Amino acid sequence: MTLLNAIVQGIFLGAFYAVLACGLSIMFGVMRIINLAHGDIAVLGAYLAFVVVEHTGASAYVAFAAALPVMLALGYILQITILERSLKAGLLTPLLATFGLSIVIQNLLLIAFSPDVRSLGPAAGALTSASWHVTSELSFSALGMVVLAVAVVVFGALQLFLSRTRAGWAMRATAEDADAAELVGIDSRSVYARATAIAVAIAALGGLFLAIRSVFDPISGPTQLIFAFEAVVIGGMGSLWGTLLGGIALGLAQTLGAEIQPQFAVLAGHLLFLAVLIARFGGGRLSLRVAR
Amino acid sequence: MRVERWTRTSKVFTGGSAVVAFALASVPLIFDSDVVQKLTNLLILVILATMWNALAGYGGLVSVGQQAFIGIGAYGTVYLAGMGVSPYVAMLLAMVLAGVLSVPISLFALRLRAAQFAIGMWVIAEVASLLVRLDKNLGAGTGISLIQMNQFEPNFRQAYTFWMALGFTVLFLTALFFLLRSPLGASLQAIRDDEDAARSLGVRVASRKRLLFVLAGFGCGAAGVLVVANTLFIEPGSVFSVQWSAYMIFMVLVGGLGTFEGPILGAILLFAIQTTFTQGGPWYLVGLGATAALFALVLPRGLWGVIEGRLGLHLLPVGYRVVGSKQKAELGA
Amino acid sequence: MTLLKVEELDCRYGLLQAVRGVSFEVAQGEIVALIGANGAGKTTLLRAIAGAHRPHAGKVTFDGEDVTRAPAHRRVARGIALVPEGRRLFPTLTVEENLLVAAAANRRGRWNVKAVLDTFPLLQARRNMPAATLSGGEQQAVAIGRALMSNPRLLLLDEVSLGLAPVVVDAVYKSLATVISEGATVVLVEQDLTRALRVAGRVICLLEGRVVLEGEAQSLDRDRVVDAYFGLRSPAAGGASH
Repeated sequence: MTLLNAIVQGIFLGAFYAVLACGLSIMFGVMRIINLAHGDIAVLGAYLAFVVVEHTGASAYVAFAAALPVMLALGYILQITILERSLKAGLLTPLLATFGLSIVIQNLLLIAFSPDVRSLGPAAGALTSASWHVTSELSFSALGMVVLAVAVVVFGALQLFLSRTRAGWAMRATAEDADAAELVGIDSRSVYARATAIAVAIAALGGLFLAIRSVFDPISGPTQLIFAFEAVVIGGMGSLWGTLLGGIALGLAQTLGAEIQPQFAVLAGHLLFLAVLIARFGGGRLSLRVAR
Repeated sequence: MRVERWTRTSKVFTGGSAVVAFALASVPLIFDSDVVQKLTNLLILVILATMWNALAGYGGLVSVGQQAFIGIGAYGTVYLAGMGVSPYVAMLLAMVLAGVLSVPISLFALRLRAAQFAIGMWVIAEVASLLVRLDKNLGAGTGISLIQMNQFEPNFRQAYTFWMALGFTVLFLTALFFLLRSPLGASLQAIRDDEDAARSLGVRVASRKRLLFVLAGFGCGAAGVLVVANTLFIEPGSVFSVQWSAYMIFMVLVGGLGTFEGPILGAILLFAIQTTFTQGGPWYLVGLGATAALFALVLPRGLWGVIEGRLGLHLLPVGYRVVGSKQKAELGA
Repeated sequence: MTLLKVEELDCRYGLLQAVRGVSFEVAQGEIVALIGANGAGKTTLLRAIAGAHRPHAGKVTFDGEDVTRAPAHRRVARGIALVPEGRRLFPTLTVEENLLVAAAANRRGRWNVKAVLDTFPLLQARRNMPAATLSGGEQQAVAIGRALMSNPRLLLLDEVSLGLAPVVVDAVYKSLATVISEGATVVLVEQDLTRALRVAGRVICLLEGRVVLEGEAQSLDRDRVVDAYFGLRSPAAGGASH
């Protein structure tokens, strides 16, 4: 039974990783940029929500809604200052510039908030602790189910956006051939800005989930980035649904690894990631695939 | 019309470098051990910057995981010393271990493209860190001391460590220098300028990159060895920290990516900043990160690249010059 | 009236100069053929007019407005549309999506999905298939239709016959005739000299980035055109052939 429980927990954990990874996947699919500050942006979102909760006593969800516009604005600034320039420069530039940004965000948070760990669990109401005990060894946490549901909704909504709307087609067109897209009248700059906005918003959502299900501190970012990146790679770079599956695979690897030995959890995830890379030899389709 | 390698400036400077190296050797005899320890740190930074530049500037490989080899060098030393090997011999062996381990890692890592390589190396460093944490004999998560060094009197210990650091620095700088001057070096330039074009000309891109990767494995391993020799206590959180990559990126981007002298300049700069801002903490890291990002976006050639461009100054003869034609064309480095 | 004016255009790829000091005008309703050997600079020139390539020097004026610095999507909104070399359809988008995504500029005119499918009936059956599954000729039809969706005043066609069987090219040009007969202004790059001379009213020949010959298609001697095309000078004639 504990094995079954580990699987269930793995799926819940994986859904969380998938939400974290979603924005990273979008940015890569549309702009070919891996944003090394992605995890820190998620943590920044968590801190913004935390600030709102501290000052107004609102619930975590209301705080998130308030933090979202700020995150979108920051995402826009990120796009026009760093990402746009990186796109035009060499292949190395986006990695280097976003790495520098990551250091800046972490340390600014450290200055503003001190190294203490925080959590939004208390502000999230019943969701944090409620769970349905099926048996003594198997339980479905409310939070886990909500995150899973949200993950499916988010990915589904993105899927619909990309396959059914003009803006979505424009985004896929720009991802597949930015030059030709410009030639048919698509403003690639605003497509990129839109992609960044979506990525940042979903990253913030990931940060919210991180803050509710566990604790966070200013330097939590890099850990989330690694998990997000592993999820994207395991699922296949550039594939949206792949990222969801990759996240779940990573979550399963970690919880099943923990079954073997508790300290083995994260290591198991890393090993899965490396194994996938070895098997694939750095491959992965470059187009933003939409399952049809 | 001739093709020249040496200019008067570069002859003077290379000669000067040799003099500087000899002069540095006398440091432990003149200064007290506090200063010697600090200067050892400087040499560690020089090695790291040079190695990261070898990877990224000459091989186009951006790694955010070289701390893996730093950690292997450090923990390798502790492990071997623990097995009874004399400390300084253990250090040499640990460096070799790091270099040797980089070979199988390269077989897999070098097949990865840009971002996957960068983060893939980071994950490898994390795996190494986690494996160390699981090992009680290596101090697990709380760290371990190189107690075998207690057999040496502190001043002597610091001196030996400094000379070892100097030796490593000269070794790796010289190795890279000769690498760049050799036909290998020209092919490395070609790879840096246009990998596909180089491949189509028959340049064995993969083996060139592997050479750089393994060199960096040795070099970063040496740095790790020096870290434990210099501070005597290591823990996985610090020695496998991605902070090292942050330092390397800063030094090379600010100093000058793809130039020989740039990383050295960057290391000196970082050392100066670290010594001035010892209380800085997060603020100084904000500055580092912002500066690195700024240089990446705005000044990709780094400070040395600008100096080189403006003054036409090449201090070390790693490139070629065409002399005697109507237009003096400067090529290389 | 002059719709397009190109003045002393200089386009480069790094140090390589692809277009050198090219100047010409296109009047409304004209069909101009741009001919020349491979590497003569025809594609670069068209891309510079369409906004996909930033010129090093020179000026592009469209309908009296200086568009030299305007990005490509802005020029589409003004009424310039390029059918790029190699079709460049969006592979995972369907034919219909490829067409609709190009209507972003919201320009008024008679072209919409229905009109395009009427002009290229072979596409009706392929309407909801991903563009990557289409044959070369079908893709070319979609590429042209896609450019038409923005209701352009100036249509630029880059090598629509490239890689297609002659029969298919005939069909493509037949459909183009419909567009042309409605008074469109067209600048087309065409490797097939005969076809170019048949379709166009005026011919401009490029060699190594420069204009070496310009004139009415009807009045040009074919030999003269071939000489200019290859950069030959006939020794008998006293002086330059261009």
